[in-house]
Amino acid sequence: MASVIELEDLQVRLGQRVILKNLKASLTGRSIGLLGPNGAGKSTLLNTLLGFHRPSSGTARILGYDVRTHARQVRSLIGYMPENDSFIAGMSGVHFVRMMAELSGLPPEHALERAHEAFFYVGLGEVRYRPLGTYSLGMKQSAKLAQAIAHGPKVLFLDEPTNGLDPPARTRMIQLIQEIRDRGDLHLILSSHLLRDVEECCDQVLILKDGNIAAFCNLEEERRANRRFLEIETRGGVNGSFLSTVEKLGCETAPGVQGRVKLILPDGLEIRQLYEVAAEQEVQIRRLSHKRDSLEDIFLKAMETPNGRL
Amino acid sequence: MAVYKKTYRPYDGKLTPSWSRFLVIPRYSLEDLRRSKFLTISFFASFLPPLIFAIGIYVQHNASVFNLVGAQGANRLITIDVSYFMRILGWQSMLALFLAAFIGPGQVSPDLSNNGLALYLARPFSRVEYVLGKMSVLVYLLSLITWVPGLLLFAYQGYMEGWDWTTTNMRFATSLFLGAWIWIVILSLLSLALSAWVKWKPAAGGLIFGLFFVAQGFGAIINAVQRTNWGHLFNVRFLVGSIWLWLFEGSTNNTGGAVFFGVPQGEEIPLVWSCLGLALLCGLCLYMLARKIRGIEVVR
Repeated sequence: MASVIELEDLQVRLGQRVILKNLKASLTGRSIGLLGPNGAGKSTLLNTLLGFHRPSSGTARILGYDVRTHARQVRSLIGYMPENDSFIAGMSGVHFVRMMAELSGLPPEHALERAHEAFFYVGLGEVRYRPLGTYSLGMKQSAKLAQAIAHGPKVLFLDEPTNGLDPPARTRMIQLIQEIRDRGDLHLILSSHLLRDVEECCDQVLILKDGNIAAFCNLEEERRANRRFLEIETRGGVNGSFLSTVEKLGCETAPGVQGRVKLILPDGLEIRQLYEVAAEQEVQIRRLSHKRDSLEDIFLKAMETPNGRL
Repeated sequence: MAVYKKTYRPYDGKLTPSWSRFLVIPRYSLEDLRRSKFLTISFFASFLPPLIFAIGIYVQHNASVFNLVGAQGANRLITIDVSYFMRILGWQSMLALFLAAFIGPGQVSPDLSNNGLALYLARPFSRVEYVLGKMSVLVYLLSLITWVPGLLLFAYQGYMEGWDWTTTNMRFATSLFLGAWIWIVILSLLSLALSAWVKWKPAAGGLIFGLFFVAQGFGAIINAVQRTNWGHLFNVRFLVGSIWLWLFEGSTNNTGGAVFFGVPQGEEIPLVWSCLGLALLCGLCLYMLARKIRGIEVVR
């Protein structure tokens, strides 16, 4: 699969500080999450991809275009929703989005049409003629998303899109992002320090720590693989014979304490067959859960220092 | 697509040529400026002096107007010569300074204080295009009150006097045009640069005046203390005035220059230094803009 983002020994230095340290990665996912604690370099990486910071060495490519040599082409592919409050003063919402679409190259009449559409799409249709300065924080976030998608970008950069949103507004924002992702027309790059946001919206995650890549995780594959991990709690019967019968079905087993058993199911084996074996062996399955390495586990592992501390 | 269809879709229609995108900024800015009654009134008030100058040209060529009020021969008091056109340029340029001090600070500072630059520059839109777009707002409005009425008055005088006068004095027209452009470029760059560095609009407007009058005072002190003329290098109006003088009259100047932009006889400095002084000021403004107009402000 072609890379959406390719980082080749990317180093970014601001003043005397090295913020991004020789990053090397090839990200191919439809929705890519940039995860990391505050100060890890997520926003710097986004800003470098946008051409706001010049790499001190190495380079980055977006959909094959080098951000150093083809900055204009790169930016014509991108829709950007910044982290901070960003707008143009003294404008109504729809005027603002229209102007932004025109700056991206849309003719005025198309820009106006798409500004209206974008505003309805993000749920601000009724307030689109109100001055931006009177919008609540949640409305401003939605307006920023509207300006980022109005010109129909190929890659959408979302920098902390749920910042400062209350739970219902956050849910709405996440739903919008998922909807955009599921349409499959664009690639999504989401930078956040909120694990839940990234887990709900992304299929690949790049975890940054102190300007380095701490971990790369393909959530989609993890999800698929984790469907085959099971943890069961059993009572009664002779566990040994139950386990050996289950192993004969092709399962890998790892017995734990108090009748707990971890299982890896082979392809084609149905959970129903486990219950049948348990019934034959007079074993009760009291609890069964799909076990998986959550993003939180992966993140905490990546954040661990050599001495085991966070 | 009708607006009621709430869905996202990519855009695959035609795009505007990239060279023309900077013109989006003046379109929206002028719309915004039009909403200010004060600016609209000030702008239209700027056409009063050209109207008075036009009346001057009219009565100079219509002695009967004076005869009607019993002032025979009074038209001879009005002379349409190089001084007349320098006065037109001087007055209009002074009004342009006032207008720039009101309009200029509102161009860049709101974008900086609202983090709007990241939105502009995350698009296929460069920093140069941004500055050009913002500058074109000022260039457009200041042109309308300086060289446009100036050239119209020249055409009117040419119409009254005839073709011979027009061809003989074509230098007035080119000087009006070039002189006004020099002033417009300096004013625009200066007000944009100050607007980029001073986020509070009234302070930026005040600074524009301050730069002209305080620097002039500083230059005058240097002249007085050092008994020299080089202090005029700090006087922007003097530098502009000396270039105008050369544009209108060449090396043998007989007037002291335009009102407000006067160059006292005997205090001239070499023309090349005036040009260098103004070039340095423009370079400084461009440097200030380059430092501030960025997608993201890095606090080191």
